[in-house]
Amino acid sequence: MPFFFYAFAAIAVIGAICLICFRNPVNSAISMVASFLGLAALFIGLNAYFVGIIQILVYAGAIMVLFLFIIMLLDLKAVERRQRANPLFLLGGIVIPLIFIIQLCAILPQVPNQDSEPLALKEAAKDFYDKDRKPDEQSEIHQSLEKGSLPDVHLVGLTMFGHKGDNSTIKTPGYNFPLQIIGVLLLVATVGVVALSLKKRDSLPENSEH
Amino acid sequence: MASLQEYLFISGLLFAIGLAGVLVRRNIIVIFMCLELMLSSANLTLVAFSRFNTGTSGLPDYNGQVLVFFIITVAAAEVAVGLAIIVALYRARQTVNVEDLTSMKG
Repeated sequence: MPFFFYAFAAIAVIGAICLICFRNPVNSAISMVASFLGLAALFIGLNAYFVGIIQILVYAGAIMVLFLFIIMLLDLKAVERRQRANPLFLLGGIVIPLIFIIQLCAILPQVPNQDSEPLALKEAAKDFYDKDRKPDEQSEIHQSLEKGSLPDVHLVGLTMFGHKGDNSTIKTPGYNFPLQIIGVLLLVATVGVVALSLKKRDSLPENSEH
Repeated sequence: MASLQEYLFISGLLFAIGLAGVLVRRNIIVIFMCLELMLSSANLTLVAFSRFNTGTSGLPDYNGQVLVFFIITVAAAEVAVGLAIIVALYRARQTVNVEDLTSMKG
């Protein structure tokens, strides 16, 4: 298990370093995909299967396609070539993250350094046992926990949408209100993007003067 | 399974690399990608704490993963708006180099 952790952590870190080192923005975008894939693999190694898949679909899929599309649309190669980094910025860019890492190394020994045990799935299944139902009609969560697999998506859904049952230790009111706010946010973002990328009719003559 | 400290260190390392990219790079699109990397490394911290905080039930704390889900959603909306702003900027100035954007310089 630690081998996979180190391998994917190395992929994530090397991808991130390549992201800031490559001159061509297309190469940066591709190495960012590698970094995000490594990160998603770390999520899956942490038993967060749903978040890992969402990370691949949203970040490595949708967001990176958007970035590549914009790079293609603006055709940036010629712009990037004449760039020469200011040594002052370079110094700041190395020193400030270095200070951050030193702070991190100073604070990390105070974190309880537990090696995680494998999840006790069979014991957790008892919390999801519903006395009012027959043993073969138990919920999906209970059944898969009994079988020794983690029903990650069901548990995320249970936490997100709330649960009113009596026999479960997870009794959250759910995140229904935040979900609705997120929906409004996405709508506002969509409208905002359309409004931003709309060409204004009356400003066209001004632009043609430049 | 690696320990909590190692996950937190990797997360902080990715955050520091993203910060270095924001400070060093002059291309606004690459700066934006580095911002995404910093957001994503914060997600790794949340998922690691969620996994290692096995409560009374012995399962990970799924509230943390729901927060990660919300962060990813907000990040997607942010990328869409940010890239639209970059396109509008490129239309107005014909540049994506932040050193050319000096209209707020005193």
